[in-house]
Amino acid sequence: MSGHMAFDDKLVMMANQIGKFFTPQRQGDPVAGIATHIRKFWDPRMRAAIYAHLDQGGAGLDEPVRQAVARLKQAEAHH
Amino acid sequence: MSLVPETDYGTPASKSTDLVTLTIDGQKVTVPAGTSIMRAAMDTGIQVPKLCATDSVDSFGSCRLCLVEIAGRNGTPASCTTPVAPGIVVSTQTERLKQIRKGVMELYISDHPLDCLTCAANGDCELQDMAGAVGLRDVRYGYEGENHTKQAKDESNPYFTFDASKCIVCSRCVRACEEVQGTFALTIQGRGFDSKVSPGAMEDNFLSSECVSCGACVQACPTATLSEKSLIEIGQPEHSVVTTCAYCGVGCSFKAEMRGEELVRMVPYKDGKANRGHSCVKGRFAWGYANHKERILNPMIRESIEQPWREVSWEEAIGRVASEFKRLQEKHGRLAVGGITSSRCTNEETYLVQKLIRGGFGNNNVDTCARVCHSPTGFGLSQAFGTSAGTQDFDSVEKADVILVIGANPTDAHPVFASRMKKRLRAGAKLIVIDPRRTDLVRMPHIEADFHLPLRPGTNAAIMNALAHTIVTEGLVNEKFVREFCDRDAFEYWAAFVSEPQNSPETVGLMAGVAPEDIRGAARLYATGGNGAIYYGLGVTEHSQGTTTVMAIANLAMVTGNLGREGVGVNPLRGQNNVQGACDMGSFPHELTGYRHISDDTTRTMFEKLWGRPLDSEPGLRIPNMFDAALEGTFKGIYVQGEDILQSDPNTSHVVAALKAMECVVVQDLFLNETANYAHVFLPGSTFLEKDGTFTNAERRINRVRKVMTPKNGLADWEITMAIAKAMGFEMPYKHPSEIMDEIALLTPTFTGVSYDLLDKVGSVQWPCNEKAPLGTPTMHIGGFVRGKGNFLITEYVPTEERTGPRFPLLLTTGRILSQYNVGAQTRRTDNVVWHDQDVLEIHPHDAEVRGVRDGDWVKLDSRAGGTSLRAKITDRVAPGVVYTTFHHPDTQANVITTDFSDWATNCPEYKVTAVQITPSNGPGEWQKEYNAQAEHSRRIAAKIAAE
Ligand code: SF4
Ligand code: SF4
Ligand code: SF4
Ligand code: FES
Repeated sequence: MSGHMAFDDKLVMMANQIGKFFTPQRQGDPVAGIATHIRKFWDPRMRAAIYAHLDQGGAGLDEPVRQAVARLKQAEAHH
Repeated sequence: MSLVPETDYGTPASKSTDLVTLTIDGQKVTVPAGTSIMRAAMDTGIQVPKLCATDSVDSFGSCRLCLVEIAGRNGTPASCTTPVAPGIVVSTQTERLKQIRKGVMELYISDHPLDCLTCAANGDCELQDMAGAVGLRDVRYGYEGENHTKQAKDESNPYFTFDASKCIVCSRCVRACEEVQGTFALTIQGRGFDSKVSPGAMEDNFLSSECVSCGACVQACPTATLSEKSLIEIGQPEHSVVTTCAYCGVGCSFKAEMRGEELVRMVPYKDGKANRGHSCVKGRFAWGYANHKERILNPMIRESIEQPWREVSWEEAIGRVASEFKRLQEKHGRLAVGGITSSRCTNEETYLVQKLIRGGFGNNNVDTCARVCHSPTGFGLSQAFGTSAGTQDFDSVEKADVILVIGANPTDAHPVFASRMKKRLRAGAKLIVIDPRRTDLVRMPHIEADFHLPLRPGTNAAIMNALAHTIVTEGLVNEKFVREFCDRDAFEYWAAFVSEPQNSPETVGLMAGVAPEDIRGAARLYATGGNGAIYYGLGVTEHSQGTTTVMAIANLAMVTGNLGREGVGVNPLRGQNNVQGACDMGSFPHELTGYRHISDDTTRTMFEKLWGRPLDSEPGLRIPNMFDAALEGTFKGIYVQGEDILQSDPNTSHVVAALKAMECVVVQDLFLNETANYAHVFLPGSTFLEKDGTFTNAERRINRVRKVMTPKNGLADWEITMAIAKAMGFEMPYKHPSEIMDEIALLTPTFTGVSYDLLDKVGSVQWPCNEKAPLGTPTMHIGGFVRGKGNFLITEYVPTEERTGPRFPLLLTTGRILSQYNVGAQTRRTDNVVWHDQDVLEIHPHDAEVRGVRDGDWVKLDSRAGGTSLRAKITDRVAPGVVYTTFHHPDTQANVITTDFSDWATNCPEYKVTAVQITPSNGPGEWQKEYNAQAEHSRRIAAKIAAE
């Protein structure tokens, strides 16, 4: 990785990394695992940025991660 | 005030549980079997004269001063080498013994310089004491004969002198070096009259020998032969105070021996439960930085980093911090500022910084440098066991049968614990080392690892899975433990996962560069060799899969039942002195003290009530996120207590850009560190000698730090934080750090029993310390896990995205060295530089040859993140394809090279794997020159410029 990655790209990478841990878990719902992890550890501006990224098509997000971000976004909107 | 007394029992305590009763000088005494008569006598308060015995080492019986008589036995046995026996009747003082002792002392004194009055040990010399004790009044032999009194001094060690003329050849130093330190640097050379103590070979002196300057020999020496230079210069101390070393996570207890407010020497404290009287070169000797001329003692401010610093009053500096942070929050929102707590500061200080940020700034943008070292430990272990900490105390290693060390180099980074571990290994425990580098532990005097798995950097998780594969598929699971204490479904899923072929030693070994048979052998040994204890360090955590590997380690311990008793466990070796404490104290942006998530309403309400402030329920930014947010434009101000994030965080150019993007950077430290080059306010900090508080070491032990001198900068660090809080309108009027600890205890279930009173009474406690465990908890998870059932998580190996390729074909990994500490700000300002004056790059002979690099050449080291130059050291300690360096010197800036890849769960940076290329070079590169010019420019101080 060179110099400075764009904020969005970095968040996508981080989210995918989280996804790669939860996806192979065989207990519980991996999508829920990813969502909870992001909810617990990402500050609001990071979450807002990843939601915005999803709204613009969510390029680069792995499938379960995309689902988790969508689910989280919805949950927060209802809150 | 007076000197803290310590009793020398002459010989080590016996561990036997059988008791023996005997009579000494008419008194009945009962002691454990195996105790020496000397020690038994001391137990009843009878001091048998002695010279060659001391209770830190096994007795040797050479001086013949400690003789006693035993009724019914012939002769006069040495009480230091003769064990007690039931019913014996011992006399320690008879006419015959008196005569023999006088004769012995006479011989010693006739060959000893009679300069007692001007000797550094005057008043603290056992030879002098013994001459007095045996009633020596004259020396018949005269001083004219052949003697040793003209021997030259060895002054090569920067901290202590070896004055051979005063040596009585008692060999206490030799035994201390062997038994306590485990370095075997000293020998007695020659025989009879010619015998003398010698470091290494004939031509060696202390500095050129294997000696690591731990001070154990100095401690053991009964005469002035081995004496601290500071003691020789200043004189005998008149009072002492027990405190805790501020360097590494071992947390050694020391007596700070003082004359008035001047520190004479630091002496390791025998009652210290982490170190048991031992020390390393850093804590014992490297405290001179406290008086270094570069230490900043006045607050300073400037409008921009282009300007020189201006010294101002505390009031003005604090006022500036408060007005700037308020301004930034008004303009950019509540979340635009934050701070970083320090693992070098006390628990109380750390607690206050997070309180200031949560309560005063009104957000949770607080993080700690533990982010960049052990955050995966906290998260990984909490998921597996339910607590974010190591499971044992250090004493536990004495009961381990198989010691597995992964990603840790304790002889350099945790030296005093390493000495204890080495002692156990010499006594027969087996050793498995998993490390890309052949660390010292792999082969050293009287120790050889049974298995060394020299894995490719970045493959830890895969290797752990392969160990688990062997254990599960070869039927080595501890079924009873798993059935009783672990979640069954989780275990079944996990066992099926690790059994899959991609986790077999054959597949993993090929990819990780380790012989499959060694993986299998190591797994079998760990699973079946008795008590198995895992010790790990930053070589595990500082990876994109740091957390996964911590979980994999936990899985291994659970599947073999190596938890919940002494001699086993999962033991993270923490880097800095208070990493554990900083984590415990709520330094992480998502959690309050005791690892409780900020979104938990009950916990948060408790804090809100006590602090009288509403708290944000949203997690804040972690350090790497702060940098990203700064570059993105939403994070504008930072308060950094006692950390050098510019030098210690990865991808330096990224950090520089982030700091430059902020409008107010406040640095509180002893020196103008690298981060301060980009700061607008500098608040001078205090040293550990200048304040009260506590540190929590790697075994969860809460140790007291005690003030021995007035802060040279005027304020202790906790007072500075309080002043900022007050200026921001959030008063926290503590009169003493003990009141802060009382508040922590009130708010934290694992700390409810902790108070300064308790610590003064019992010395130290390991948390949890509460109603259930009023004196603390040495071993965790006895009879069940904190979370209920132990949780096996699937730890699939995901290779890092940092890959080698044609442009960057080598893997760089980083570490530290014994004599230096972290970014080196302190140790570089002491004589420790004689052992390490620059960072060098270790490279395998093959990789060096194909690049035309010779030993000592300058080389340029480039990664995708940046480049720097340093000198090469050719060694086969590293495998082909791997290079290694330390990061203690700002001129080399190893972190210019490291990338901002990080752990998936915690964003702990991936320091340990960077793809690099190496090319010959002529000297420091452009980047280094520019950096140094900027640093020099940025460190100017206006008053000083005017004076020049
Ligand atoms: S200072 Fe330590 S390593 Fe050096 S000779 Fe003394 S005991 Fe051995
Ligand atoms: S240097 Fe000190 S400890 Fe070592 S043999 Fe001489 S007197 Fe004894
Ligand atoms: S640096 Fe570590 S091992 Fe050395 S004295 Fe200090 S706490 Fe002990
Ligand atoms: S103290 Fe026992 S022989 Fe020296």
